[in-house]
Amino acid sequence: MKSNSRNLYLIPYIIWIGLFVVTPILLVLYYSFFDIEGHFTIDNYKKFFTPVYLKMIFNSFWYAFLITLFSLIIAYPTAYLLTKTKHKQLWLLLIILPSWINLLLKAYAFIGIFGTYGAANSFLEVMGIGSKQLLFTDFSFIFVSVYIFLPFMILPIFNALDELNPSLIDASNDLGASPWTTFRRVIFPLTLDGVKSGCQVVFIPALSLFMLTRLIAGNRVITLGTAIEQHFLVTQDWGMGSTIAVFLIIAMVLIMVLTGKRKRGIL
Amino acid sequence: MKQLTRALIAVLIISLILIITVNKLNSAQGYSGGNTLTIFNWGDYIDQDLIKRFEKETGIKVIYETFDSNEAMLTKIEQGGTSYDIAIPSEYAIDKMIKENLLIPIDHSKVPNLKYIDPRFMDLSFDPKNKYSVPYFWGTVGIAYNKAMIGDIEITSWDDLWDPKFKNQILIVDGAREVMGMSLNSLGYSLNDTNEKHLIEAKEKLDLLTPNIKAIVGDEIRMLLETEEAGIGLVWSGVAQEIMWENEDVEYVVPEEGSNLWFDNMVIPKTSKNPEAAHQFINFMLDPEIAAQNTEYVGYSTPNKGALEYMDEEVISDERFYPDEELTSKLEVYENLGKRMLAYYNDLFLEFKMHPK
Repeated sequence: MKSNSRNLYLIPYIIWIGLFVVTPILLVLYYSFFDIEGHFTIDNYKKFFTPVYLKMIFNSFWYAFLITLFSLIIAYPTAYLLTKTKHKQLWLLLIILPSWINLLLKAYAFIGIFGTYGAANSFLEVMGIGSKQLLFTDFSFIFVSVYIFLPFMILPIFNALDELNPSLIDASNDLGASPWTTFRRVIFPLTLDGVKSGCQVVFIPALSLFMLTRLIAGNRVITLGTAIEQHFLVTQDWGMGSTIAVFLIIAMVLIMVLTGKRKRGIL
Repeated sequence: MKQLTRALIAVLIISLILIITVNKLNSAQGYSGGNTLTIFNWGDYIDQDLIKRFEKETGIKVIYETFDSNEAMLTKIEQGGTSYDIAIPSEYAIDKMIKENLLIPIDHSKVPNLKYIDPRFMDLSFDPKNKYSVPYFWGTVGIAYNKAMIGDIEITSWDDLWDPKFKNQILIVDGAREVMGMSLNSLGYSLNDTNEKHLIEAKEKLDLLTPNIKAIVGDEIRMLLETEEAGIGLVWSGVAQEIMWENEDVEYVVPEEGSNLWFDNMVIPKTSKNPEAAHQFINFMLDPEIAAQNTEYVGYSTPNKGALEYMDEEVISDERFYPDEELTSKLEVYENLGKRMLAYYNDLFLEFKMHPK
C-alpha cells in the first residue's frame, strides 16, 4: 500500500520527464535523418563531417574551454576569499545578483561599455594607452561570457570550500606542510567535486552560446549554437539543425561521464 | 499534504478570478468576437494614431501584434492557432504563402482606394494581378556611410567597399540574401542567380572583403551606425533613413551595379476571423491622406501615388528614397529560390562568416 501510493506520486514526474525531456530528444534524433525536402537521408551526418562544420566544432570547444578556464581562475580565489569573510551570505547574494538580470540586457550594456566611445575606451584614453577596438573581438567575447557564467562557477566551489572541515587544514599545518602544499594536497583535492560541477555548468552552455556571438563578437566567432539557430530560423533546414543538436547532446553526455567518474573514489 | 492541497486550490481560485476579470475587461472595451481586427506587423511600422482613428471611424477594435522576421511570422501563421486578420510580410514570403495556400484572395471591389497605388508597384512577379496582396511600403538595399568618418569620399558602387582604405570600417546585416546579393551584383550577376559557379565566385569575392568588415550584426546595426561605431553599413533604405534622422553626417546610396528592391504588402491570412474588417482596414490605409501621415511617421517609401501630394516636396524629390524609374528598373526583387537554394545561399554565407580575418 505504501509503495503503491509512492508510485502514484511519481506519475506527474514521469509524465513531465517523458513529455519534456525524452520526447524532444527523440524528436531531435528523428528530424536529424531528414533532408530539407523531408526525404529520409543520412547526408546530414555526412555534411557534419566536412571541414566547415569540423572547424566550427573546434571553434566551439576552444572558446568553451577558454571561457571555462578563465571562469575557474577567477572563481576559485573569489570563492576562497568568500568563505573567509564575515557576512558570507550577503557577499554571495551580491555575486549572484547579476544573474537575475536578463542576458540580453547585459549584452546590450556591454555593447555600450566596449564601444568605440564607450566607458572602457575612455578609461584607456585617460590611462594614456589610447583607445582600442574592444567590441567585436575575441577578448570582448570571452570577457562577457566569463562575466555571465562566473556566478555558476563560484557557487559550487563556494559550497565545497564551505563544507571543508577546518581541522583538516590545521592538521596539515601542524604536520609541517607549507601553505602551498596544504592547498595542493588537502584543500584542492577535497573541493574537486565543486570544481567539476562548476566546470560542467559553465562548459556545457558555453559550447552552444549563440546570441553573444552576434551581439558581442559580431559573428566573427561562429559556434555550433549559431549554426543551429540559423538552420531552424532562417533556412528552415531542421534536419541539419537537429544533427548538430544530436552531436551536442552526445558531447555533453560524454563530458558528464568523464567528469563524473572519479566521484566514487572520493566518496 | 493538506497544506499542498490548500495552496493548489488557492492558485486555482486566483487563476479563475483573473481569467474572469480579463474577459470582463475585454468585453467592456469592446474586444468581443466579431468586432475585432488582429494585425500582425513588423515592430514600429505603423503610426499608432492611425489605429485609433480607424477604431473611431469604424467601431472595430484593433489588436496589434508584432514580429521581427518574415521567417518568424511564417512559422507562426503556418502552425495555425492564430487568428490574424492582417499580416504585412515581404515579397518572397508572400510568394511562399500563396504557394502554401495560406492567404485569402483580396476582393478588389471592397478596396476602391487601390486606384491610388502607383502602377509601377502593381502586378509584380510574386503576386500577379495583386490577387492576394496590396503594397504597403517599399524600399531598397544600399550603403549608408558617414562622410565625417571616412573622409570626403563619395561611395557610388558596391566595388568601392573592397577598397583597402576602409579596413575594419564596414558593418553588414546578418542576412544571407542581402550579403550574397551584394557580392553577386558587384560581379554583374543577378541577385537571384542560382548558378553554383557564380555563387562560389561571389562567396570567394566576399572572403576578400573580410579585412574591411568590422562585424556582421542584426538590428543593432542602426544603433551602431548612429553612434559612429563604424563608418559604412550595408542596410535597408528605411534603416538608413532612421539613421540619417539621428546623424546628419550619414549618406545613403543605392549602388550603380544594381541592388534589391523590396516590398512589404498587406495580406489576409486564411486564419482570419474577420475578413470584412480586414478589407476595410486595407482600404483605410490606402487613403492618400492617411498613407501620407503613416509614411511621415515610418520613414520608408510609400507606393501610394495619391499620398505624394500630401507630402513634403523635399521628401518625395529625394532620389535616394524615391528613385526614378530609370534606377528602379535596374533593381531586382528577391525571388523565392526554393528551400534547397536558400539553404545553399546560407551555407556559403556561413562559410564566409567563418573565413578568418
